[in-house]
Amino acid sequence: MEQRLLTVSLPPHIHAPGTTAGAMWRVVVALIPALACSMWVFGLGAAVVTVISVLACMGTEYFITRFMLKRRPTLGDGSAALTGLLLAMNLPSNLPPWTIVIGAVVAIGIGKMAFGGLGCNIFNPALVGRVFLLLSFPVQMTSWPLPGAGMEYLDAATGATVLGAIKMGELSASDINVADLLVGNTGGSLGEVGALALIVGGLFLVLSKVITWHIPVSVIASAALFSLSVGGDIAVELLSGGLLLGAIFMATDYVTSPMTRSGMLIYGAGIGVITIIIRHWGAYPEGVSFAILLMNGCTPLINRLCRPKRFGAERRRR
Amino acid sequence: MLTFRKGGIHPPQNKFTESRPIEVLEAPGSVTLLLGQHIGAPSVPVVKAGDAVSRGQMVAKAGGFVSVALHSPVSGVVKGVRQVRTADGMMADAIIIERTSDDAATYTELLRDDEQVEAMSAEEIRGIAREAGLVGLGGACFPTHVKLTPPEGTAFDTLVVNGAECEPYLTCDDALMRSCASGVIDGVRLAMKGCGARRAVIGVEDNKPEAIAQLERECATMTDVVVERLMTKYPQGGEKQLIEALTGRRVPSGQLPASVGVAVVNVATAFSLHEAVRFGKPLIERVVTVSGLDVPGGNYRVPIGVAIDYLIEAAGGVPASTEKIILGGPMMGRAAENIDAPLTKGMSGVVFMEQGHRPEVTPCVRCARCVDACPMGLEPYLISTLARVGDFERAAERGISDCIECGSCAYVCPSARPLTDYIRYGKVIIRRNKKK
Repeated sequence: MEQRLLTVSLPPHIHAPGTTAGAMWRVVVALIPALACSMWVFGLGAAVVTVISVLACMGTEYFITRFMLKRRPTLGDGSAALTGLLLAMNLPSNLPPWTIVIGAVVAIGIGKMAFGGLGCNIFNPALVGRVFLLLSFPVQMTSWPLPGAGMEYLDAATGATVLGAIKMGELSASDINVADLLVGNTGGSLGEVGALALIVGGLFLVLSKVITWHIPVSVIASAALFSLSVGGDIAVELLSGGLLLGAIFMATDYVTSPMTRSGMLIYGAGIGVITIIIRHWGAYPEGVSFAILLMNGCTPLINRLCRPKRFGAERRRR
Repeated sequence: MLTFRKGGIHPPQNKFTESRPIEVLEAPGSVTLLLGQHIGAPSVPVVKAGDAVSRGQMVAKAGGFVSVALHSPVSGVVKGVRQVRTADGMMADAIIIERTSDDAATYTELLRDDEQVEAMSAEEIRGIAREAGLVGLGGACFPTHVKLTPPEGTAFDTLVVNGAECEPYLTCDDALMRSCASGVIDGVRLAMKGCGARRAVIGVEDNKPEAIAQLERECATMTDVVVERLMTKYPQGGEKQLIEALTGRRVPSGQLPASVGVAVVNVATAFSLHEAVRFGKPLIERVVTVSGLDVPGGNYRVPIGVAIDYLIEAAGGVPASTEKIILGGPMMGRAAENIDAPLTKGMSGVVFMEQGHRPEVTPCVRCARCVDACPMGLEPYLISTLARVGDFERAAERGISDCIECGSCAYVCPSARPLTDYIRYGKVIIRRNKKK
C-alpha cells in the first residue's frame, strides 16, 4: 500500500479568507478617491509628496528591520506603505522632500518600530510623523498651496486654510461655500480636501468590513453636537480641516483604537470633543491630529473600562 | 429565528452529504474496543483472551459512577486485551475481538412497550443508559446517565436536545433525524423521564428543513416536546449557547447546565437511548459522516471499534488531494495521526482536508475580530497572549477557563494567530496547577 504522510495539527482546521495585509491594502484602495481628488486640486505637488512619503516610510521600515533588527523585512504586510500614504494625506502639497523624509523616519522609526513594529505601537505612526513636523517646521507645515496649483510644486502660491482663516478672523463661517468643501476647492493638506471622496472611501471600508461604523460616526456625531452647543457652524466644522480624514482613516487604525464597540464609541466621542475644543479655544486652528493621539493614549484605559460582557458572568461581582 | 446572543461565525457549511441516506457498513474481521472512549474512569474488562462473545455482549463494565460499560459489536472470540495506538497517536488499552461467526442479535424485537416504559422510574432508565454504554455522541462522550442525573439539591425542568449540528461537513445527526425521527422523539421522551424534566426543546439549525419537518410531524400531537428552528450559526450546538438560544437562560460561568434546571443531550444520544430501552440494544454502532472535497462521501452506520481506515476504504478511499484527515468536524475535530486506529463512540465524522497547513502567522494588530466572534464574551487576543507569556493568573482572571474551545477566534483572525491553541494550553496548565 502506498505510504502517505498526513499533516497533524490542532483545530480549527479551516480559516476565514482575508489577511491583515489584505485589510491594509483595502485601506490603501479606499484612499484612492481622496488621492485622486487632491491631485486634481493640488496637481503635481500632491503626487510628489505622496510618492516620497510612501517610499520614505517603506525605506525606513526596510532599513530598520533588515539592518538594525536583522529580521526579515515586513514590507509585504502593507502597513508601511499605508503609513506613508496616510502621512502624505496629512501634509501640504508644497512640502520639500527632505522634510517629508524626516516625517517618514519619525513616523516609522519612532512611531512604530521603536515600540516593536506592527501591532505594538501606542500612537498612530502617521500622526506621530505629522505632529513632529508640525511642531518642528510650523511655517512649512501651515503654508497651504491654493487649489489649482497645477504643475507647481515647491513654488506654489499659498494661503490659509478655511479653519485658519476663521481663526485669524479673516473669514467668517457664513462666507464659506459648502459645495467647495465637498469637492475640494479649498486649501489644506492632501487629505483635507474633497469631503465626498473621503466619504466614498469610508463607505467602501465599512461595506467591505475592514472597519465598523462606530468610530467614524462617533467622532463626527460628537464633533457636530459639541460644536453646535458652542455655537459653531456644523457644515464647516465637519467638512473642512482633517475631521473626515481623521474620523475615517486615522482614528480607525486597528492597533491604536479600542477593541469593543462601546469602547470605540467613547474613543470616537473623545476625539470629536477634543477636536472642537482645540479648534475653538486652542492655539492651533486644527486639532484632529492631537485629539486622535490623545485618545490613542487613552485606548488601553478604554479597553480596560469597556471589556466585553462575559457569558454567564452577569451575577458575579467585578 | 432563535440563536445565541453574543459572537459566533458563519463558516462555509459544506454539507455535501446532506441528502445521503444512512448506509449500513458490515463489520470487518476484527474490531478494537478502546476501554477509555468516554470521559471518566475507563471501563474494566470482564472477558479474557479466548472467550467467545456474541454481538451486544458486555465485554467491559463501568469503572465507576462516571463511566459506562462496553459491548462487542460482533460475535466472535476475544483475541486479547492490550495496548493499541489511538488516532491521536497515543497508546491506550483495548479489547480486540476477532469476528468468527454471523452476528445473531438483531435488536428488532420490542423489549419494552409503552406500558412497561410508563412503569419505569428515572433511576431505571439511567441504569439502562449506563449498562448500555451510552455516552454523548456529539463528541464530548460524557456518560449519558450522569448527564441525566440531577446534581444534589437541583432538579431539571427542561431537557434541551441538540440537533444543531453546527460543524461544517457533518450530516450524521441530520441523516438520523431525517430517517429515524420517531426513534429520536421516543428517545427524547425517555430522556425526559430519565432526568425528570417536564418538557423538551429540540433545537435544529434551519439548514436542515427536512429533519425539522420529520421531527415536527412526529411530535405534532405532543404538548411537552417542541422542535425549534435555530439560526445557522457556529457554535449553535455549544451547550451554553444552545441553552441560551432555546430557553433564554444563561448558565453562569464555571457552572453546569443543571444550575439553570436544564439537561442537554444530543439527538443521536437520544436515539441510542430509544434503542437501548425499547430493544435492549447497547451502544455498538453509530452514524458517521465521511466527507470532504473530491470524495463522494456519505453517512454510514458503523460498528464501534472498526479501523478508521476500513470505514474510509468503504467510502471510496483517501482522495489524492488530501493533506489532512479530521476526526469530527473541521472546527473542533482532531487531525488523525493514525488511521489504522479504531473508531470510537464519539467520532461523528471523517473529513478530508486539502489544506494541511495553516496560513502564515503575522503580528496581532488588535482588529478585535476575535472579540466580536467569541461566543463566551472573552478577549481571545488577550488571554491567548497571557497564556503564551505564562501569566496564567491574569489569564484566569480574564476568564480563560470559560473558553469552550470552539475555535471561532482562530477562524476569524486575519493574522492567522493560533489563539485557540494558546488558550487550550493555558487551560491545561491552570487545571494542572489547581490539582497540585
